[in-house]
Amino acid sequence: MNINVDELISSLTSQTQELINTLGTDQPLMIGIHTGGIWIAERLHSALNLEKPMGILDISFYRDDFSRLGLNPQVKPSKIPLDITDEHIILVDDVLHTGRTVRAALNELFDYGRPASVHLAVLVDRGGRELPVAAQVAGKTIDLPPHQHVKLSGPKPLKLEVITTS
Amino acid sequence: MQHFLTTESLSKDQLTNILDTAESFTNVDGGTVKKIPLLRGKTIVNLFFEASTRTRTTFELAAKRLSADVLNINISSSATVKGESLLDTLRNLEAMHVDMFIIRHQDSGAAEFLSRHISPHISVINAGDGRHAHPTQAMLDMYTIRKMKGSFDNLKVAIVGDLLHSRVARSQIHALKTLGAKEIRIIAPRTLLPARIESLGVKVFHKMEAGLKDVDVIVMLRLQKERMQGALLPSEHEYFNLFGLTQERVALADNDVIVMHPGPINRGVEISSEVADGPQSVILQQVSYSIAVRMAIMSMLAGHQP
Repeated sequence: MNINVDELISSLTSQTQELINTLGTDQPLMIGIHTGGIWIAERLHSALNLEKPMGILDISFYRDDFSRLGLNPQVKPSKIPLDITDEHIILVDDVLHTGRTVRAALNELFDYGRPASVHLAVLVDRGGRELPVAAQVAGKTIDLPPHQHVKLSGPKPLKLEVITTS
Repeated sequence: MQHFLTTESLSKDQLTNILDTAESFTNVDGGTVKKIPLLRGKTIVNLFFEASTRTRTTFELAAKRLSADVLNINISSSATVKGESLLDTLRNLEAMHVDMFIIRHQDSGAAEFLSRHISPHISVINAGDGRHAHPTQAMLDMYTIRKMKGSFDNLKVAIVGDLLHSRVARSQIHALKTLGAKEIRIIAPRTLLPARIESLGVKVFHKMEAGLKDVDVIVMLRLQKERMQGALLPSEHEYFNLFGLTQERVALADNDVIVMHPGPINRGVEISSEVADGPQSVILQQVSYSIAVRMAIMSMLAGHQP
């Protein structure tokens, strides 16, 4: 099954704009989660004409499955362009599944400071949560069984597929 | 990898993997986030049977940056002086539910001995054993070389000085060969060369002027006076005259040569102050990089990576 990414991104963009309207600031700080989240965040960041530079999080050092899976040797450094204290942050990822990536991202984020608020925008919410985490905006919500996975490849072109594993 | 004991048995991929992982910690080290929770809840013991400043403190810093709990055991003030054997010391520490040992010992093979007698879930890192190996020092030297030179292809590296007592040099030679350095030269007086060193695939020189010509990297070794038994050298002064690194000798090498030294340096014995503090010297960078490299090795062992 292939899904049209551009349609999802334009839906995500208008929903994120509505979210920003409720924040009490018109300049939130957008942060993408490595790797797919960065691709989506870049598209949103330019579509919404955000002034503050985009941030990048690589949550590898904060994963909870490190002792089972080890470290990904290709960890890219996180880049948070400004002091996040009192900022309204929009965290962006490609796929929301168990919620563990978001947990790790929040942990890392709070090592940088105390933001005013953090909201979550994802391209696809596929269900299957293992933690009390929810996205405020999602380009698409689908309910997939555990053996199916949503995979985003890119960055040019962005392509979204549902893969079935045995 | 379960243990990190020597650079000798490791493949090019494994060594490169360590350097790449260290690269990702370099930003953690220099950036805003000083500490990451990777080894939270793990206990790491620094077991040092020999004096050390740099190695012990950078291991400690690296472990703390990874959020591990660190125990420093100074053997001169421990039960070993009351006659406890290495294995008994180990068993007692094991009973405290330690996850990783970092050991330095005056006897070659001590780290390997430990790794064979330890519970299977515990990792051992060799922080220097006798004249045998000092693999984490070699890896941080490789990291420094790659950082400064980009790659190992086409590199000519000269290792100068007390090869006979140097565990650092042995580990460096193995790592440089595996990583594909073009030429490895050894410059030393005959009395400070181990027998049949050529079998490691190095070119041996006995004169600085010939050996340093056109090299890209100069690695100076410390004259290990504390390990010398018998008359290996007429005097330190004469050693400096023949094998000391001076600015004139540095000028024989490539224009962009870097000068390295594992420390501690003996100024005026193997290296002049002018060179040690000069623009080609990367001796203090080596110390800075050592934290990232040691973080990489510790987390790769804790994560049971190949």
